[in-house]
Amino acid sequence: MKPESVKPKVAFFDFAGCEGDQLQVANMEEKILDLIEVVDVVNFREIMTERSEDYDIAFVEGSIATDHDAERLQGIRENASWVVALGSCAAIGGINSIRNSQPYDLVQDRVYGDDADKIEAWDVAKPIDAIVDVDGYVYGCPINQDEFVHVVESLLQGKDPNIPTYPVCVECKMNENVCVFARNPEKNAANIKAAVDNGSPAESGPFCLGPVTRAGCDSQCVNEGTTCWGCRGLVPNPNENAHQEVLEKYGLSVDEVINKFNLYFGWQQEELKNEQ
Amino acid sequence: MSNNVNIDVEYLTRVEGHGNIKVNAANGKIEQCEWQVIETPRFFESMVVDHSFKELHHITSRICGICSIGHTLASLRATEDALDIDISRQDELLRKLVLHAENMQSHVLHVGYLALPDLMGTGSVLPLASSHPEELKTVIRLHRLSNEMSELIGGRTTHPQRLIPGGFSKIPTEEELVDLREKLKNSTNDLTACADLLAETADGFPNFERETEFISLTSDDGYALYDGIIASTDTGTYPVEDYLGVTNEYVVEQSTAKFARNNRQSYMVGALARLNNNYDQLAPMAKGVAERFGLKPVNHNPFMNNVAQLVEVVHNVRDSIKIIDTLLDEGLEPQDDYYEPEIDVKPGRGVGAVEVPRGILFHDYTYDENGICTAGNCVIPTNQNHANIQKDMEKMVPNVINMKPEDEIKLDLEMLVRAYDPCISCSAHHLDVEFVDD
Repeated sequence: MKPESVKPKVAFFDFAGCEGDQLQVANMEEKILDLIEVVDVVNFREIMTERSEDYDIAFVEGSIATDHDAERLQGIRENASWVVALGSCAAIGGINSIRNSQPYDLVQDRVYGDDADKIEAWDVAKPIDAIVDVDGYVYGCPINQDEFVHVVESLLQGKDPNIPTYPVCVECKMNENVCVFARNPEKNAANIKAAVDNGSPAESGPFCLGPVTRAGCDSQCVNEGTTCWGCRGLVPNPNENAHQEVLEKYGLSVDEVINKFNLYFGWQQEELKNEQ
Repeated sequence: MSNNVNIDVEYLTRVEGHGNIKVNAANGKIEQCEWQVIETPRFFESMVVDHSFKELHHITSRICGICSIGHTLASLRATEDALDIDISRQDELLRKLVLHAENMQSHVLHVGYLALPDLMGTGSVLPLASSHPEELKTVIRLHRLSNEMSELIGGRTTHPQRLIPGGFSKIPTEEELVDLREKLKNSTNDLTACADLLAETADGFPNFERETEFISLTSDDGYALYDGIIASTDTGTYPVEDYLGVTNEYVVEQSTAKFARNNRQSYMVGALARLNNNYDQLAPMAKGVAERFGLKPVNHNPFMNNVAQLVEVVHNVRDSIKIIDTLLDEGLEPQDDYYEPEIDVKPGRGVGAVEVPRGILFHDYTYDENGICTAGNCVIPTNQNHANIQKDMEKMVPNVINMKPEDEIKLDLEMLVRAYDPCISCSAHHLDVEFVDD
């Protein structure tokens, strides 16, 4: 065990999110005891009363959607040597960004009705790197515990963490899953294409975001019998890195897949449009 | 003694989500006594609109990481109610099993990791690693067991994957269930050790009672968690469809979350409410733990919610063993890999009510003829408890304001809020209002 003084100080913070990623950390059970051998946890509101403004690594969960949250995040950035986005909401906007494409007055009205004027929130939910510089990302909804440990270890050793830049299809094929698009033979490629064209892919049978989604989850959801929902965000440069073989086989383009079945990509879509 | 009190707890710790406690008193006169909720709105009820019935449980699971299984189940039940989807008895038993797993996980986390430090005089569970290693390992073992169970049935501990409209995409094998049953049976010593630990320290809970109304599901078929009708200790029973007439959410200036009331100014939901309504249906071993703590219905001490959670953990374990016995006796009906039930889509509205760790949860969806959601509403347990927390504080503070030093009052109030195990970020209806300065 390192002497107290040289143990890096770690803090956890949360914004708009479900706190499921911090729960993944708490769910490490005995492994947490190993973790606190090498780092000092000085801020973790979900499990501890003590707080400190003196920390080296800040793990930030949740999206940013109010001025107050943005100011608080900037304060965290000033205090920390490293800021790490923990989970999809912080890293890519995630589920929170579903509403980004909905008209904000409608969004307010649906949830708050006559009280809508009392709400003070931005018209879009943003990932934390839209507000401050971010040094590392732990993707996923929820995060993967092994990847979390890997990112912590890499930071402590001064190395870049090894995060996949290829799509989920690669892992899925290694796991020898039946391709989601091929599960239902009577719903053939033409049906899938037609359903994508008329905007309700879920009606067509299983639809999968594996071809455009960043790997690193070991294709967990497909292994469990469902489909890739895109929780780890888009692969970098999707037009180059998407799994072309599957897309070609079913007559789909990258844009179609990204735009027609969208739970996690709301913010990333806008970024892509701005780049193009 | 504490004639002048200024308690300002910003971002209460060891709770899920963001809340503040503000108490001001000058010369013994209370000027402010408020439970304030300060969560950023997330707009789930808008997010679900325009999405398919196949996606809604995935989206609303993200309302809460700690009760993601409960949200998934309430969501599926609302969808299945709207679309008239029946599920098999086997799937219903498996769902009850995964709900037990989450209830157990959440309660062990709360009692063992979040509430216990108050009773042990520490700021978190971390110092217990060196001061009480055996006790902590016991808590960790139970927590891990519940997570293994969630993973085995739901495919993942947080945001489960296998639960889908009409059933499961994948089910466990009989061998896995036999193994799980063995582990559950072997947990008896750990459960007893936890009860011992809480019994040794429970006199640390403040002595407090306030008569209130308790609302939960109830069912003739057993201790209601997965299904039932709404029951109130004040006003009797209601069908689940009438939930809006029971929850009556309203806006208050001090809080960004809505409050709720039925028969009185407030009511309580959660483990204590369930136990108060359905005590007789607890497993015998669970009842034994309740008796050890003198917990019997109707109990009006909110701090006993911690004990009620422990009692429920024992019930979760015992009832899970019973469910696995039934599944194995009847033989597990196999299903194809990547199973997806055939569903005939039709327009309609449906309500799902499930007891999740923190209390009764309602999801309510309306679908069009293509199975696309046109409207959604979720009423979350913690929202239903906010008013009761406020009313407890209003009774508790005058009792102690001239009796205890400020630090002790502050700890009592923190422990009070923690006893409710609030899941503040869960709450789907939040209002971001300006607070009046102190």
